[in-house]
Amino acid sequence: MAELTKEEVKHVAHLARLAITEEEAEKFALQLGAITEFAEQLKELDTTNVEPTTHVLPLVNVLREDVATKGLDRETMMLNVKEQEAGQVKVPAIMD
Amino acid sequence: MTLFERSAKELQELVHSKEVSIADLTKEAFERVEKLDGDVEAFLALNKEQAIATAAQLDQVPFEERGPLFGLPIGVKDNIVTEGLETTCASKILKGFNPIYDATVVKKLRAAGMVTIGKLNMDEFAMGSSNENSAYKTTKNPWALDRVPGGSSGASAAAVAAGEVPFSLGSDTGGSIRQPAAYCGVVGMKPTYGRVSRSGLVAFASSLDQIGPITRNVEDNALLLEAISGVDPLDSTSADVEVPNFAAALTGDVKGLRIAVPKEYLGEGVGEAARESVLAALKVLESLGATWEEVSLPHSKYALATYYILSSSEASSNLSRFDGIRYGFRAENVTSLMDLYKETRAQGFGDEVKRRIMLGTYSLSAGTYDAYYKKAQQVRTLIKEDYDKVLADYDVIIGPTAPTPAFKIGENVEDPLTMYANDILTIPINLAGVPAISIPCGFENGLPLGLQIIGNYFDESTIYRVAHAYEQATDFHKQTPQIWEGK
Repeated sequence: MAELTKEEVKHVAHLARLAITEEEAEKFALQLGAITEFAEQLKELDTTNVEPTTHVLPLVNVLREDVATKGLDRETMMLNVKEQEAGQVKVPAIMD
Repeated sequence: MTLFERSAKELQELVHSKEVSIADLTKEAFERVEKLDGDVEAFLALNKEQAIATAAQLDQVPFEERGPLFGLPIGVKDNIVTEGLETTCASKILKGFNPIYDATVVKKLRAAGMVTIGKLNMDEFAMGSSNENSAYKTTKNPWALDRVPGGSSGASAAAVAAGEVPFSLGSDTGGSIRQPAAYCGVVGMKPTYGRVSRSGLVAFASSLDQIGPITRNVEDNALLLEAISGVDPLDSTSADVEVPNFAAALTGDVKGLRIAVPKEYLGEGVGEAARESVLAALKVLESLGATWEEVSLPHSKYALATYYILSSSEASSNLSRFDGIRYGFRAENVTSLMDLYKETRAQGFGDEVKRRIMLGTYSLSAGTYDAYYKKAQQVRTLIKEDYDKVLADYDVIIGPTAPTPAFKIGENVEDPLTMYANDILTIPINLAGVPAISIPCGFENGLPLGLQIIGNYFDESTIYRVAHAYEQATDFHKQTPQIWEGK
């Protein structure tokens, strides 16, 4: 499993929404392969019945009172949007 | 010489006796930046106009209304959002991004009366150990300009070490405050996970990231941590625990203190000078009445692999928000939405960020999830239990911060795995979530070495007490790099 093929790297790049060239796919296949091979050492450890840690603090369900509060105003929110029209964010066509 | 050789307390005495004003302190920071930053290259953006205006206002506030950090200049790492002041995370993908709100810590700095001088360089999205992964510039180590300052908060440490500012904020996901603090001979604290709000810290790995202070001495560090700590409704992972007066813990008394020294921290891969400096520090603490024993943290060697899987997985999710649509860089000449995403991200992110996003995406994908992501989360439990066990019997754990002093620029860039090994002594602490500090403890060929003091959850006070007692008994923190005097 440790070795990554060029095709696998291209697939992962697609999942991660990264355009990738043939040369990059080749380079990343080698580098990611070395890292995943290094990660194989975790298999030495028996983790049967070990609970996974997602978070170190004993926090569960942090809730606040269900009261509406004012967020940032629309004009402010749009300040960094490069393409917009009539107060809305504009993107290229989703379908042809 | 600069005013910034003084501690916060000494600076306040100067201000209160009207020898200098807050405007003078602000001016001094910009003069130091002007004089030194051509060499050090720590700052990405300066807040000059705003800072000078703020200083003039602060000078009008009556003395009795001022706290211990009032009017003092600070630099802020560029992954902490500052309203109206460009924040890029040292990435091209956020070029030109002007945040529309302040991070909680930035609001707290303002409430404490601190003056933000500018934004500090870093490895892109905090991914790196040398600042060489910045898309904009490579910050230099003030002790040797051909060496790295460490990373990812390299410039936060370098700016303080060069005396450009007396205070800075960094962030630490796997050692990003402590390793640069060690390389630059300054004091850097990674607080307990949850101690400081992460609201407004651009997320890298949400279960590991913490903001923390970098300063020239332990007392200043304690003051700054108190100012930025506390539960925050905007960060549901911030902890609702009391914020102590950390500076009150600096009694100098370490009699009866029980120190654990993990054999894994002095073993293979750790340089002779780093090892010797730690053993010498233990002698100092022994002479002050502390005792130490060797212990074992048996899962330490698995921390690096665990960290790269977990932090990259979290990053692949967190960094999906950078799509070119709502802020930052947006690729041109694309016709479909999918191409807009892909081209924006391919052109906007650097190689290390892409590597980690892909490693994370791979670890989380169907077929590899159990073998990588879940396995790493289980090993994280074992690593955390190692720390819990030792900290049940000892007050602090002590070891080196990094295996060696700062390496040369360009030395490790070709090989990601060698670069990652620089963080082998700091990474387990983030996985466990406990607090740890790095303080200066010696030199190797004129380059600073760092002593790492690790404490129990929310017991930063004990760490500060030990660090301060050691600092008072030594003079490493008083030394300054040659560049300090200017050219």
